[in-house]
Amino acid sequence: MPFSLFNLKALSPEIFLVVVASLMVLFDRAIRAKDFFFWTGLFGTVLAWWLARESLGLAFGGSYLADHYGFFFKTIFLLSLFLSLLISPAYARREGFHFGEYYGLLYFAVCGMMLMASGTDLLVIYLGLELMSLSVYVLVALDWRDSRGLEGGLKYFLLGSLASAFLVMGLAFIYGQTGSLNLLEIKRQLTVSASEMAVLSGIVFFMVALGFKVAMVPFHMWAPDAYEGAPTPVTAFMSVAAKAAGFAALGRIFLLAFAPAHIFWMKLLVPLAVLTMFVGNILAVVQTNIKRLLAYSSVAHAGYVLLGIAVGTREGLSAVLLYLFVYAFMNIGAFAVVTLLQRESGAGESIFDYQGLAKLYPVPAFLMLLFMFSLTGIPPTAGFIGKFYLFRSVVHAGHPWLAVLAVLASVIAAYPYLRIVMLMYMREPERQIRPVASPSLWLALGLSAVGVILIGVYPGSLLHTVMGSVF
Amino acid sequence: MEKVLFGYLAFAILASALLVVLSRHAVKAVLWGLVMFLHQAVLFLTLQAEFLAAIQILVYAGAVLVLFLFVIYLINLREELKWPKFLATYPLAFLVIFFFLVLAGAGISGFTPAPAKGILSTQALLSRGHARLLGEHLFREHILAFEAAGVLLLVAVLGAVVLVRRIREEER
Repeated sequence: MPFSLFNLKALSPEIFLVVVASLMVLFDRAIRAKDFFFWTGLFGTVLAWWLARESLGLAFGGSYLADHYGFFFKTIFLLSLFLSLLISPAYARREGFHFGEYYGLLYFAVCGMMLMASGTDLLVIYLGLELMSLSVYVLVALDWRDSRGLEGGLKYFLLGSLASAFLVMGLAFIYGQTGSLNLLEIKRQLTVSASEMAVLSGIVFFMVALGFKVAMVPFHMWAPDAYEGAPTPVTAFMSVAAKAAGFAALGRIFLLAFAPAHIFWMKLLVPLAVLTMFVGNILAVVQTNIKRLLAYSSVAHAGYVLLGIAVGTREGLSAVLLYLFVYAFMNIGAFAVVTLLQRESGAGESIFDYQGLAKLYPVPAFLMLLFMFSLTGIPPTAGFIGKFYLFRSVVHAGHPWLAVLAVLASVIAAYPYLRIVMLMYMREPERQIRPVASPSLWLALGLSAVGVILIGVYPGSLLHTVMGSVF
Repeated sequence: MEKVLFGYLAFAILASALLVVLSRHAVKAVLWGLVMFLHQAVLFLTLQAEFLAAIQILVYAGAVLVLFLFVIYLINLREELKWPKFLATYPLAFLVIFFFLVLAGAGISGFTPAPAKGILSTQALLSRGHARLLGEHLFREHILAFEAAGVLLLVAVLGAVVLVRRIREEER
C-alpha cells in the first residue's frame, strides 16, 4: 500500500484534535487566563466538524473510512463535546480543574471516538476505544478529593480494563479464524464459517466488551458509580458521546462484519436489550440522587437503542443514529440543569432539592420539564420522534412484540421522570437553592431546548440525513 | 520431547500467573511476573519466533517489570491494600472469570486457524526473517493503528500527570 498525503486528508479532523489537544496541554503553564482553553476548545470543535465534513474518503489501505455513517457519529460526538464544554467553565472553576489538561483530555477522548466510528479495521477500532476510555477514566477521577469521584473512576477503570481483555480475546478469535482484521474481509470469510464455534465465541466476546461501554445489563454495574462520581460536565459528555461511540462501533462491527451471523447474535442481543430496558427503568424508579437517576435512565436508553441494532436492518440502524442525535440534546440539557443547581460536596443533587423549583425559578424548572418530557418520549418533543422511529423500525423488521415490550418499559420510565416534574411544579419549596448561572451555561440550555423542540416539531430534514447516513 | 517441554512451559506459565495474582506481597508478585515472562519467552522460542522472544525479554521483563518495581518502591507498598467497598463484590470476580474461561474454551475447542496468506506465509518467513516481515506488516498495513497507539501512550502519561498534579497543588 503506497503512502500518500491523501491518506491524511480523510484523517484531518483527528489529526487536528490531537494537535490542538497537545498544544492546550503544552501551554497550560504559560497561559494564566485559563478561559483561553475554553474558547480554543469551542472554536476547535466547530473547526473539527467542518474538517470532518470536508474530508470524506477511504484511507490507509481500507483501515479507515470517513463515510457518511462516520460523519454522522462525528457530528454527535462534536455536538456533545460542544454542549459539555459550554457547561464546563463555571463548574470547573468551582471545583478547581479549570486548566488546559481538562480540555485536552476531552479532545483526546473525542479523537478516540472518531477512530471508533470510522475505523474499518478491528485494530483501529480497538485502539480508538482504548484512547477514548483512558481519557474518560482520568476525567471521571479528576475530582479525586471527592471520594465518590475516586471510587467511580477506579471502578470504571478496573472493569473497563476487564472489558478490554474481552475485546482483545474476541479480536484474537476472529483474526485467527478469518485471517483478517478488516471488517469487509471478515464479512466475506464469515459467509462460509459463520457457525464455527470460534467465530461465535469471538462474537460473544465483542458483545460483552462493547456492551460494557454502552452500559448494557448485566455489564452496567460501573455506570451509576462513575456517573455519580464524575464531575457533572464529564457525566454529561460520557453519557452521550462515549455511549454513542460504543454504538458506532457496535453498529459497524455487528451489521457489517458479523452480518452473516445475524441469526446467532440477534438471539443473544434481543434478550439483553429487553433486560437492559427494564432493569434500567425499574432501578431508576427508586433513585433519589438525580445523577444516579439519570445514570439508570441512560442504561435504559441504551436498551432501546440496542433494539435498533439487534433487528439488523438499515432502517433500524438509521433509527439508532436518529435516537442518539436526539439523546445528545435532551440528556446534556438535563445535565445542564443539574449543573445549574449543584453546589459543593453533593448539595443540590437530591431530587428533593427540586421541590417547588417552578415557584422560585420558573425558567430552569420549565427547561427541566422539557428535557424530562423528551426523555419520557412525550410529543411534541424530540424524544418522541426518536422513540417513534426506533419502535417503528422494530415493528417493520417483524418483531411487534419487541416494540410492545419497549413501550411498556418506557411507561415505567415515565415514573422517575414525571416524578421530578411533579416535585418541581406541585410541591412547595423546602429549601432554597440559588442557581449559579453563567452565560455559557445558559447558551447550552438554550441550544439543547431549541434542539429538543425543533427536532420534535420539524424532524423532516434530520430524517432525510439519517436515512442517507447508513451504510 | 516437544510435548514434554510444552507441558512444562504451560504449567509454569499458569502457575506463575496465578502466583502473581495470589501473592500478598507486591514485590513478590512482580517477581513471579518475571518468571512468567521468561517462560513465555521460551515458549516463543519453541515456536521459532525468536524476535518475539527477544522483545518479550527486553520490553516486558526488562522495561515494564522494572518500572513496576520502581513504582512499588516509590509508593512504599509493603502489604496489600484492602478496600472493603471493593471486596464486597469479590465472589463476582470468580463468576466473571469463569464466564471468560468457558467462552474462551468454547472458542478454542472449535478453532481452525485461517490459512496463511499475503506476506505472512511460511515461505516468506523462512526466506526473509521475522523482524523484517513484522516490521513491514506493522508499518504498512497497520500504520494507522501504530500511530493511534502512540497517541494512546501520550494520553496515559498525561492522565497520570493530571492526577498527580492535582495532588501537588493540594499540598501547597
